[in-house]
Amino acid sequence: MRVEQIAVFLENKSGRLAEITRILAENDINIRALSVADTADFGILRLIVDKVDAAKKSLQEGGFTVGKTNVIAVEVPDRTGGLASVLKTANEAGLNVEYMYAFVNKSAEDAVLIFRFDEMDKAIEVLQQGGFVLLSGPQICAL
Amino acid sequence: MMWVEEVETLPRPGLESIQLKRLQKQVRRVYDTVAPYRSKMDDAGVKPGDIQSLKDLHVLPFNTKDDLRDNYPFGLFTVPLEKVIRVHASSGTTGQPTVVGYTEADIELWASVMSRALAMAGVTPGDMVHNAYGYGLFTGGLGAHYGIEALGATVIPVSGGNSKRQITIMRDFGSTVLLSTPSYALNLADAMADVGVSPSELKLRVGIHGAEPWSESMREEVERKLGIRAVDIYGLSEIIGPGVAMECLQTDRGMHILEDHFLPEIVDPETLQPLPYGEVGELVFTTLTKEAFPLIRYRTKDISRLIAEPCACGRTLVRMEKVMGRTDDMLIIRGVNVFPSQVEHVLVGIEGVEPHYQIEVNREGSLDTMSILVEVSENIFSDEIRVLEGLSKKIQAEVKDMLGVTCKVKLVEPRTIKRSEGKAQRVIDNRKL
Repeated sequence: MRVEQIAVFLENKSGRLAEITRILAENDINIRALSVADTADFGILRLIVDKVDAAKKSLQEGGFTVGKTNVIAVEVPDRTGGLASVLKTANEAGLNVEYMYAFVNKSAEDAVLIFRFDEMDKAIEVLQQGGFVLLSGPQICAL
Repeated sequence: MMWVEEVETLPRPGLESIQLKRLQKQVRRVYDTVAPYRSKMDDAGVKPGDIQSLKDLHVLPFNTKDDLRDNYPFGLFTVPLEKVIRVHASSGTTGQPTVVGYTEADIELWASVMSRALAMAGVTPGDMVHNAYGYGLFTGGLGAHYGIEALGATVIPVSGGNSKRQITIMRDFGSTVLLSTPSYALNLADAMADVGVSPSELKLRVGIHGAEPWSESMREEVERKLGIRAVDIYGLSEIIGPGVAMECLQTDRGMHILEDHFLPEIVDPETLQPLPYGEVGELVFTTLTKEAFPLIRYRTKDISRLIAEPCACGRTLVRMEKVMGRTDDMLIIRGVNVFPSQVEHVLVGIEGVEPHYQIEVNREGSLDTMSILVEVSENIFSDEIRVLEGLSKKIQAEVKDMLGVTCKVKLVEPRTIKRSEGKAQRVIDNRKL
């Protein structure tokens, strides 16, 4: 149960994020979730979108370096301790989080946590066994 | 086949004694016949008789392109013009053209060194040699032409241009050897694809390419696209033209210098001190036998190194490394000589990194800083910060290792580095010196 995420290399200069969102809008691509990781010199934009391949292609044509990676989307009730319970399970299994970000879905009852773990297969197994709800790409887009 | 085997495999002491005799004679000749040489040597307090060993070469003054320009057009000729049977000239794109002259003996010498160079690439009588170097004032076409004839191979004096016709000729005449600039070889390969001729329909075996800088990756491309072995040839009109140095088929590195006629040195481009074999610096040539237009310690501005190790082919002639760059491109960063090509070398050695880079030099306070901008291609991109930072650190460490200079590495988006006419501007020097 993996979700495809696209990552875009961002040089630290003004207008790059605006350019990316402009391209996505022009190509009728909807962003479901995003995060920006940054250092002093560059950043990485990570996106979950409804049309992954179209997004990748249009950004590449716009001159960006784009990568596609798999992440795990975990749905938890939007209440205190939701994230903590996932991390506790992951930690107990010896999994490391490379990065994560989150969003609350429209109904505002659930939160979706996006994870990249060092061992993805193991993470899926451990979380499913722990009773967590993992979402697929289409499921996220349908939220 | 080894042309003039007795010279090319001579043990070093024998070769050096020939070089010394020729050097002494040449220095005496230029001193006696060319006023600018005489006054330069007088100013340096050097007399022809001071040359007692090859090492004494180091006391002689250098010459540069400026000396040629100052004495434009014929001021450095050692013989009256009636003895000069040919002149060639540079294009003059970077200033006044430089003019070179040849006596009858010079033309013979040129044909001889060029034929020896061709033999190093395995060319023999019976070969059909497609000479696509330009004929004219440029030394490439005619220089190669006479060498091919002297060797006894068949020359097709096709010159440059009209690629489609060239391909037809190559196919119909059965050309076995191609002489051209490396970029023209690639141009021919592309044109072949356009006209639907496959390399397998040709008899081409070897390509001899020079007259412009080219990288190892370009060599691989020529070899792959044309299905040939591509070798490097070195020459410059001031020294004689093509035929100064040539790669043999047995080596994987460097070109044999026709040392019995062209005496090489490597000097530090800043201090002008001679450097030992193996060190990187500016290539300097002294022509030992040329008559009309000899040159003493001519600074080529080409960056290379000399390889003294014996070659598998049996030649004792020293080899020069593929030209790594020009002294004009050299940067001095905190006292260290840095050539952009060295940075490129580091980058292409790192898996996935494309050689799209730019070097930015700044002065912060009194300290020079070097930043290397590297375009992030999809091969090296990762969605994880630590992977990209690891890449930066790796580049930084390898540059430090190779050049001894600490640099900053800045990862930039593709096509950020300005390309003018397909050629990237490699260096931006913001220092006010």
